[in-house]
Amino acid sequence: MTTKPKNLHTISFLVANKPGVLVRIAMVFARRGYNIDSLVVSASVNPQYSRMTITASGETITLEQIIKQSAKLIDVLHVEEHTGIDAVDREYALVKIKTTPSTKATILKLCKKFHTHIVDHTDHVLIVSQGGTTEELDQFEGLVKKYGILEMIRSGKLVMAKGKKIT
Amino acid sequence: MTTPQKQLTGAEALIKCLENYGVEYIWGLSGGAAIPIFDALVGSKIKLVLVRHEQGATHIADGYARVTGKPGVVLVTSGPGATNTITGIMTAHMDSVPMIVLTGQTISPMLGKDAFQEADIFGSTMPFVKHSYLVRNTNDIPRIIKEAFHIANTGRPGPVLVDLPKDITSGPFTGKTLDPAMDIPGYKVAGKGNLSDIKKMAKLFKNSKRPLLLIGHGAVIARAGDAIKKLAYKLQSPVTNTLLGKGEFPETDPLSLGMLGMHGTAYANLALTRCDLILSIGSRWDDRINGNPAKFCVGAKILHIDIDPAEIGKILKPDVHCIGDARLIVEELLKHVSPCDTKEWIAELNGYKKKHPLKFDTSKGLTAQYVLYELQNAIQGNAIVTTDVGQHQMWSAQFNLSKDGRKWLSSGGAGTMGYGFPAAIGAQFGAPKDLVIAVVGDGGFQMTFYELATVYNHKLPVKVLIIDNKYLGMVRQWQELFFDNRLSGVDLEGNPDFVKLADAYRIKGVHIDKVEHVAERLKEAIDFPGPVVIWAEVIKEDNVFPMVPAGKSAYEMIIEPPKAKLEKPTGST
Repeated sequence: MTTKPKNLHTISFLVANKPGVLVRIAMVFARRGYNIDSLVVSASVNPQYSRMTITASGETITLEQIIKQSAKLIDVLHVEEHTGIDAVDREYALVKIKTTPSTKATILKLCKKFHTHIVDHTDHVLIVSQGGTTEELDQFEGLVKKYGILEMIRSGKLVMAKGKKIT
Repeated sequence: MTTPQKQLTGAEALIKCLENYGVEYIWGLSGGAAIPIFDALVGSKIKLVLVRHEQGATHIADGYARVTGKPGVVLVTSGPGATNTITGIMTAHMDSVPMIVLTGQTISPMLGKDAFQEADIFGSTMPFVKHSYLVRNTNDIPRIIKEAFHIANTGRPGPVLVDLPKDITSGPFTGKTLDPAMDIPGYKVAGKGNLSDIKKMAKLFKNSKRPLLLIGHGAVIARAGDAIKKLAYKLQSPVTNTLLGKGEFPETDPLSLGMLGMHGTAYANLALTRCDLILSIGSRWDDRINGNPAKFCVGAKILHIDIDPAEIGKILKPDVHCIGDARLIVEELLKHVSPCDTKEWIAELNGYKKKHPLKFDTSKGLTAQYVLYELQNAIQGNAIVTTDVGQHQMWSAQFNLSKDGRKWLSSGGAGTMGYGFPAAIGAQFGAPKDLVIAVVGDGGFQMTFYELATVYNHKLPVKVLIIDNKYLGMVRQWQELFFDNRLSGVDLEGNPDFVKLADAYRIKGVHIDKVEHVAERLKEAIDFPGPVVIWAEVIKEDNVFPMVPAGKSAYEMIIEPPKAKLEKPTGST
């Protein structure tokens, strides 16, 4: 498992659903030496606008500039960093695991324990989907790793503000 | 705004929109992908000015915008035509200058297929624009142009690029109106500022014995000069200005300390080390000013007025800030402040002025400072002065005492060599009755001198003063002071005879190479009714002082030429 980046921040954006918006935002991060660790973009309730959740790592003081410079972009309607207290976050993963007759039972037990779904099942290979917090996903990954993860893709964090507050 | 009568093409709709927004001039250079737009300009009341290089068009538009406060409009073709505008767009972006750049583009079905003269100008200018568009639908043109003008010249101004594929401009416009609603919900402009912030600022002035007002380009853009004069006089506060803030508070005023920063006056920089409060009005505490943010105005209260929220805390963390239009905020602040007791403070600063005046030596031959000192005597702050970038720019900033923010044009943030001469052309288009003087170096002038043809064609009486020391002088100065005089890449051997160059363009040339000729030949050039190129050959090795080495603070300013070797600067350039 890769080491977890330090100074990880979760930032949500409400942006105009137009070509080029993602590039403009990515440039604000890249120019200031911020690495984007995960990125989720999808249409919002109003298809004119998109929601983005970006997790990125870097100095907190630089992040303040990144948020202000992103907010200045004409196509950005709203940008906010979420700390975890004011918002909920979830992540989704697809994991392709190698199985053998001797490991299969243990792996299936782990899958059940972590509430994953088996989405494909062939000889010696399982593909499971898992939804949960980033920590739960990390934990599952850590436990099945020794049996052989052939492939994995994670959605990156999805964030939503609690209560009536708009993300 | 008119509603279209006959069927228009996209290009015709575009030109009608530009006419409706009061565009007087378009500076441009034609090419295949832009032909429909150039075609639509035939018979338009907008005057098309054909330049000789697209970079020239952008700097001309920039000069026009800075002098008039209206966006300058540039029209070029796709590919290299478009990429040649990037330096000018970046220059305008760094100095918050409103500009609209229209670029032709290959036809939509060929986008991304490496078509002839296709360049991704939308992508490649993203870091340098306030906003940009790639037009995908002919009927979107009026909305996009409306948004472009609104975005370019409200809030913190900046360049907007509109990339126009040829099929979009030649296709039929079937929209209902040339004045549709804008669709930019993410764009917000700060207004008059928060009253409680303004009151907090006023309160800090009450306890100040040594206040200092710092005037930046934001004050010029907001036309805050009159309000600032009232504020300075009511407070009895001295005033300093950035390179781009020159003139918004007259530098001839007894309360003015002139320009601060790397090559600012000694007294302005000494004021930084002694003030107990500094209020920036539209300055972004650029590294040419603060040198080292950790050692900037140590112990002083930092107050910051800016229209751009991203400038608050970017370089310095202010004690109080107020976001909004500089003029409106200063006008409000004026109501809440009372005079400070600054008699001792002003006496102290006057002492510095006496002790460390700007000076020059005429004993070793003709110096740039002397030429610029005589230029100041001749124009007395009444002409529009543009500069290029380098030593002549700093000497010009020191000796040309500006009285009007819109009469001083210089590439500050970008430091673009080649800016000064075309910017002067734009200034002359914008202010046809004013005397316009471009002070340029021999290096920078040779980057854009081809616009002499534009000056000749349009009978613009621009005066170009070339300070020719046959070096890229500012870099040579650094190499002398910090790199053991190991000169590398600075010798401009092979400079032309600039009088003959002017003559080739049928423009009058005046040569100055002796101290005793300066005043008389400058007068001859200024009095001449047409354009003049003044070629001043000055001594080759000369340095700009005072100097705050990059990365150092005002406390470490070098006022006199140093006798010992200096350590290499840590700051940027």
